[in-house]
Amino acid sequence: MNPRATISLALAALLRNRMRSALTMLGVVIGVAAVLMMESLGKGATAYIEATIAGMGSNILMVVPGSAHGRTGGPSSSGAPLFGPADLEALRRGARDVGLVSPVSQRPLRTVAGGLNRSTPVSGVSPDFLLIRGWSVVQGRTLSADDERQAAQVCVVGHTIETALFSGSTALGKELRIHDVSCRVVGVLESKGASAFGMDQDDVIFMPFSTFSRRITGTDRIGLMMAAARSADRIDDAKAQITNVLRQRRHVLAGEEDDFSVRDPREVQAVLGQVTGMLTTFLLGVAGISLLVGGIGIMNIMLVSVTERTREIGIRLAVGARSADILSQFLVEAVVLSALGGMVGIGLGLLASVGLARAIQVPFVVPGGAVPIAFGVSVLVGVVFGVFPARKAARLNPLAALRFE
Amino acid sequence: MGSPALPESPLLELRKVSRVFGEGPALVKALEEVDLSVAPSEFVAITGASGSGKSTAVSILGCLDVPTSGEYLIEGHPVQTLHGDVLAALRNAKFGFIFQSYNLLPRTSALDNVALPLIYAGVDLAERQARAASALEAVGLAGREDARPNQLSGGQQQRVAIARALVNEPEVILADEPTGNLDSKTSDEIMQLISSLNERRGITVIMVTHDPKCAAWAKRRVVFRDGHIASDTKGAA
Repeated sequence: MNPRATISLALAALLRNRMRSALTMLGVVIGVAAVLMMESLGKGATAYIEATIAGMGSNILMVVPGSAHGRTGGPSSSGAPLFGPADLEALRRGARDVGLVSPVSQRPLRTVAGGLNRSTPVSGVSPDFLLIRGWSVVQGRTLSADDERQAAQVCVVGHTIETALFSGSTALGKELRIHDVSCRVVGVLESKGASAFGMDQDDVIFMPFSTFSRRITGTDRIGLMMAAARSADRIDDAKAQITNVLRQRRHVLAGEEDDFSVRDPREVQAVLGQVTGMLTTFLLGVAGISLLVGGIGIMNIMLVSVTERTREIGIRLAVGARSADILSQFLVEAVVLSALGGMVGIGLGLLASVGLARAIQVPFVVPGGAVPIAFGVSVLVGVVFGVFPARKAARLNPLAALRFE
Repeated sequence: MGSPALPESPLLELRKVSRVFGEGPALVKALEEVDLSVAPSEFVAITGASGSGKSTAVSILGCLDVPTSGEYLIEGHPVQTLHGDVLAALRNAKFGFIFQSYNLLPRTSALDNVALPLIYAGVDLAERQARAASALEAVGLAGREDARPNQLSGGQQQRVAIARALVNEPEVILADEPTGNLDSKTSDEIMQLISSLNERRGITVIMVTHDPKCAAWAKRRVVFRDGHIASDTKGAA
């Protein structure tokens, strides 16, 4: 019997029991759709995280007090001393591959303009900071070295502040009161949108570190320093130089652990990648179980079908079908069933991925490799779970099958 | 065994064939050491009470079943030595079956039912359809190609089954109670058809029946009783 005749025979048999065939397929449809969705969303999330981290600048280093093995590495948990302006100076002079360095001191503060007010994260930074972040202003200017030296009462605001406190009209040149300190807006930043974690990156105010420490916090201690290597390929050297300078300044003895840590966003990316990878693997496992259940459903229905069609099998054997013909007839039927389920599942999975990606605002990634794999797996499910019923059919005795009631 | 088949050697030959079903207390001896030979172009009616072994004998002759002991030879070749696929090919090309209950595929057109053996003979679609159509014409069902079995009368269904038995031009037609489900007028028509296949085409016909009127059409009558052959007579009844 030729393959085309076998396939059309299988299709005819499946069409005879439309409802049953559709329900039997459902397990494979759901399994395949789930596999594709997991692949697509996992890849979309990874792409999004990568894009966000790349958007931060690729050669950024973050220096925080506390050992890297501390629970959070934060100053309060480890008891390690914070940095001071002298550390900053030392890095500027002593770390050759560090191009830019800025303190970052941030507090959420009540900010008032006209009759409106809002609580906003306010940061004291040096003029280098916006360069490190690769963040430019769309109106006005950035913070300058003079602002820093004079502890000028000026600030640069994010797009959200302009919208929220100035009702959409320009904030440039206007006065803000931040924690009862009057402050003039000298620049408005370009909009960055939400971060990978859903935070509004434009809800920010930056002011000179000198102004921030003198007028607002009353301390020049620094909880976080942000640095940029001269280029992306110097980042490991820059990291080593920062470590060296700070070990000396903080009197860390040879063989002792650093009481600070230098972090690289690539590490964060790697950790996030691991997390998404684990989640994707876990969900793929769940989808795999659903495929397994789908396969068992197919086997079950095929066994029922073989029993129902025992007489048909007997007739076919009597007119000259070889047992291989019967085997392939039922096997192809199972494979056609699960392959059809696979195709429907691929379509549904892609549709659902587009919808979900839009809903959770990650880019839609076509799971290129996953489509042929999902189809292959659905064919394989048909073969694996179709063999047993098909063999049962092929081994029937012609006479017994003919007399079956 | 071993001796070359002589020209006058029988087409089909059972030698001391026994067939036993079940085991222990449920053991049934359907056939006990039956000897029977059938020459080409014979028309044999096999009669006997139900349970006498006549259907079992025909099943063995048609390679649907195998003897528990003894030998079955087709043109001198022992069937026991043949592979399952060879038996399938024999059922396909050498034998045509007609059953009491027609055994047509449900929800399948008359044409496709008749063409079924040709699928397994590896005949391509166009030729399958042409040959199936001419077989249907030969049994008087031209124009009913698209009818499903449930749209046909019993006599018409049996004609479809006869067309299916004929389509691959078999040497032997094995009929198991072909008129068992039909009224006497239709029976006559079917017997006329079967008899003409024997007379005009020279096809060997072996027919199981318990109806003496049907048996009268045959040129040889074999009577089974309790798994043995009780009588074997040739010539008109």
